[in-house]
Amino acid sequence: MSNSLDIARRTLLAPAGLDETDLDRLLGQILTHRVDYADLYFQYSRHESWSLEEGQVKSGSYNVEQGVGVRAVSGEKTGFAYSDEILLPALSDAATAARAIARSGASAGMPVRQRSGTAPKLYAPLDPLASLEDAAKVKLLETVEAEAKRADPRVTQVMASLSGVQEVILVARSDGGLAADVRPLVRLNVTVIVEANGRRETGSHGGGGRVSYQYFLENDYARTYAREAVRQALVNLDADDAPAGSMQVVLGPGWPGILLHEAIGHGLEGDFNRKGTSAFAGMVGQQVAARGVTVVDDGTLADRRGSLNVDDEGTPTQKTVLIEDGILKGYLQDTLNARLMGVAPTGNGRRESYAHMPLPRMTNTYMLPGIRDPREIIASVEKGLYAVNFGGGQVDITNGKFVFSASEAYLIENGKVTRPVKGATLIGNGPDVLTRVTMVGNDLALDSGVGTCGKDGQSVPVGVGQPTLLIDGLTVGGTQQQ
Amino acid sequence: MTTTSRAKNTTASSEQLNALVGDVLAEAKRQGASSAEASVSVNQGLSVTVRLGEVETVEHNRDKGLALTLFFGKQSGSASTSDLSPAAVRDCVRAAATIARYTAADEFSGLADPDQLAREIPDLDLYYPWNPSVEQAIELSLACEDAARAVDARITNSEGATVYSYESTDVYGNSHGFIGATATTRHGISCAVIGQDDSGMQRDYWYTAARDRADLEAAAAVGKKAAERSVRRLGGRKLSTRQIPVVYEAPVASSLLSHFVGAIRGASLYRRSSFLLDHLGKPVFAPQVRIHEQPFLKKALGSTPFDNDGVAPANRDIVRDGILQGYVLDVYSARKLGLRSTGNAGGVHNLTIQPGDQDLAGLLRQMGTGLLVTELIGFGVNGVTGDYSRGAAGFWVENGVIQYPVEEITIAGNLKDMFRGLVAVGNDVDPSGNIRTGSILIESMTLAGS
Repeated sequence: MSNSLDIARRTLLAPAGLDETDLDRLLGQILTHRVDYADLYFQYSRHESWSLEEGQVKSGSYNVEQGVGVRAVSGEKTGFAYSDEILLPALSDAATAARAIARSGASAGMPVRQRSGTAPKLYAPLDPLASLEDAAKVKLLETVEAEAKRADPRVTQVMASLSGVQEVILVARSDGGLAADVRPLVRLNVTVIVEANGRRETGSHGGGGRVSYQYFLENDYARTYAREAVRQALVNLDADDAPAGSMQVVLGPGWPGILLHEAIGHGLEGDFNRKGTSAFAGMVGQQVAARGVTVVDDGTLADRRGSLNVDDEGTPTQKTVLIEDGILKGYLQDTLNARLMGVAPTGNGRRESYAHMPLPRMTNTYMLPGIRDPREIIASVEKGLYAVNFGGGQVDITNGKFVFSASEAYLIENGKVTRPVKGATLIGNGPDVLTRVTMVGNDLALDSGVGTCGKDGQSVPVGVGQPTLLIDGLTVGGTQQQ
Repeated sequence: MTTTSRAKNTTASSEQLNALVGDVLAEAKRQGASSAEASVSVNQGLSVTVRLGEVETVEHNRDKGLALTLFFGKQSGSASTSDLSPAAVRDCVRAAATIARYTAADEFSGLADPDQLAREIPDLDLYYPWNPSVEQAIELSLACEDAARAVDARITNSEGATVYSYESTDVYGNSHGFIGATATTRHGISCAVIGQDDSGMQRDYWYTAARDRADLEAAAAVGKKAAERSVRRLGGRKLSTRQIPVVYEAPVASSLLSHFVGAIRGASLYRRSSFLLDHLGKPVFAPQVRIHEQPFLKKALGSTPFDNDGVAPANRDIVRDGILQGYVLDVYSARKLGLRSTGNAGGVHNLTIQPGDQDLAGLLRQMGTGLLVTELIGFGVNGVTGDYSRGAAGFWVENGVIQYPVEEITIAGNLKDMFRGLVAVGNDVDPSGNIRTGSILIESMTLAGS
């Protein structure tokens, strides 16, 4: 198996007749201005997607994108330009445009190159698109459809999609760093519509990771995901209107960890804290969660959707403790914000593509397990909400208010899960919601690999996870006044 | 069929792009496609952000792309690439052809019927190149942010002010012989600042966008408005759970119309995944409501001479007297439903809800006591059932007068009921969006809070 750096050289540099001395020359061209830091980010990505509806795979698409982003940083200033042509003159133009952020004058010279990315650890540098015959991709989607239809006669529509990406990146930095990564990513999704007695409902499920399409076949996920989507839709078909008001809320394990992503994670990103615009700014060392609550961001989990061998600035990813036993420990950093805050980068510098600037972003964000049996947690609630599946969420970084919307939830009455209720949005305040966590389950689970996070118009794949949690007093935004 | 007129001095002439589309269609034919369509776009621009009086980012944009769909009888495949070299174009066609071999024959697939394609391509006045220098853009951004920071001592921090200018040339052609080009510009100024007092921090923003730089709000006015909006949120309180009327301020009212469009889109209808299935000719809004499309408005951000299928859109009422008059269809979904395309491949064009006579203050007086919503967060809208529950912030209103800011609440209902309970639309219409609405008063929703 080739190493990532060889693949990146072959894919990104060789076709244009470029080698590392050209990269050094380009960086040198930027360093004739007074910049603190500069980098070149080469990217080549191939993406395919197949979609099924009404029993047939009627459409498929294939997309190729390639280019280089050139960045020059001086103090808090960033000059950025990109080119979708990997050719020396275009690169030189981009370097000239980016360096204009700083006055001319010599910067520190370039140190000797430090190469990384020779030994991929977290996922194989494979090409998912080639991991399965096209006919078998179509068959996989047909299996989803057949299983969903078989699962229940009330299923009227099945929509399924299969997508795969291979991304090859190479980062050359003015501090001598040179890193490469070959990143596979696959995803299988299913949405069903069920209909009975004039009522319609929907359910969705999916999963994936930095693996080949074989992942779905080996685990029979086509059928698992189809059944899960149908199950959720049928629960909602019988659901009553959700309650409205503040109540005890039990969140299930896994994907409900989107709570942590919205309520905590974004507010701990380095840029907002360096600028003092986050509700968490200046709170390191303070208690922001109940004792026993520990939250980490970990980009080093094997094969996970949110994982990276190196981030998009070439920094190796790591496991960063955000909250330890209730105390805020630190922030998520890219190079720029780490330097300005005088701390080390945490491997969280990510970008959607060469045409976007890196920002501090999450990878896989989750809470460590506690000691409670989940059944014991539910039994402790006299009247409340048990929410086990969610759609999306959002947060206002500055005032800390966050929401996330349940797609499967039940009432808890006298310690028992009773009737299903229709999706309600939950709203809370990031800096204090975790202080009201009164029980933490022993059942940590990570999500199935479907998360996409948006920030400043840039989307990146992420993961979340948590054990079952009991939160005292979260506002449930249903319609039924209690 | 020919192209719009366009000014000189851009990176790629529409003639070059026309020729490229022609080459792509010829290559598709060579590779055996029975029909094909292709679109090529070239964009460039500049975006500058200043923060706390200093330059933060200077971003130069330059993108191009080709997207194509090939049909082999009733089978189809699509592909796209950012590399427009002849070799890449051939690969792109080959990739689409490969996919088409594995997709199922779909009797509804294919290009628009020739009689549906736009016959004339009117010049809609959408191209006003500006090309500000980096220095000019910085100066304007600084003027915007300085004005924001001067509004109130409680403006303690900033996310910055941004000035951008983009231009784009887009060409669509298909094997029926249709080819059309549009050259468009979009310029804008935006600002987000942070107010702070003992109660904490609040952020808000304002922006202006237009085809023509001359139509932008003044930079200082944008900054001032952003600051006023941030400061007025300070000291937000929670409310207890209750049933109340709600005024959606114009910038968030447009989301209600987006949900409506989502429910009458062809794909939602043929998939039976809409809460407005089978509602054509039936009341969906309160009886005074008129919603119409204006695709040919000069200089407007939502204007277009033809849609993504090459079909001409039309001036038309979608809702009249509260009754649904038509759907939002592209060629494919129209065929699935046994209807004709409404020229909406790619979306609606300057969707407008007829404004009433009152300004926002008048709407608040009409509401009496209730909630003015100025911000919504989250995605709690179920397009299949119409169930609606979103995080909100805004102001508590009594007897038509704003009392205090509120936050950390949700507002919930069902869109069907909310549309039927749409009491009034204000005349405070923001023209710089594809959805044109004033503030909207909804009769009753559930507010959930403490």
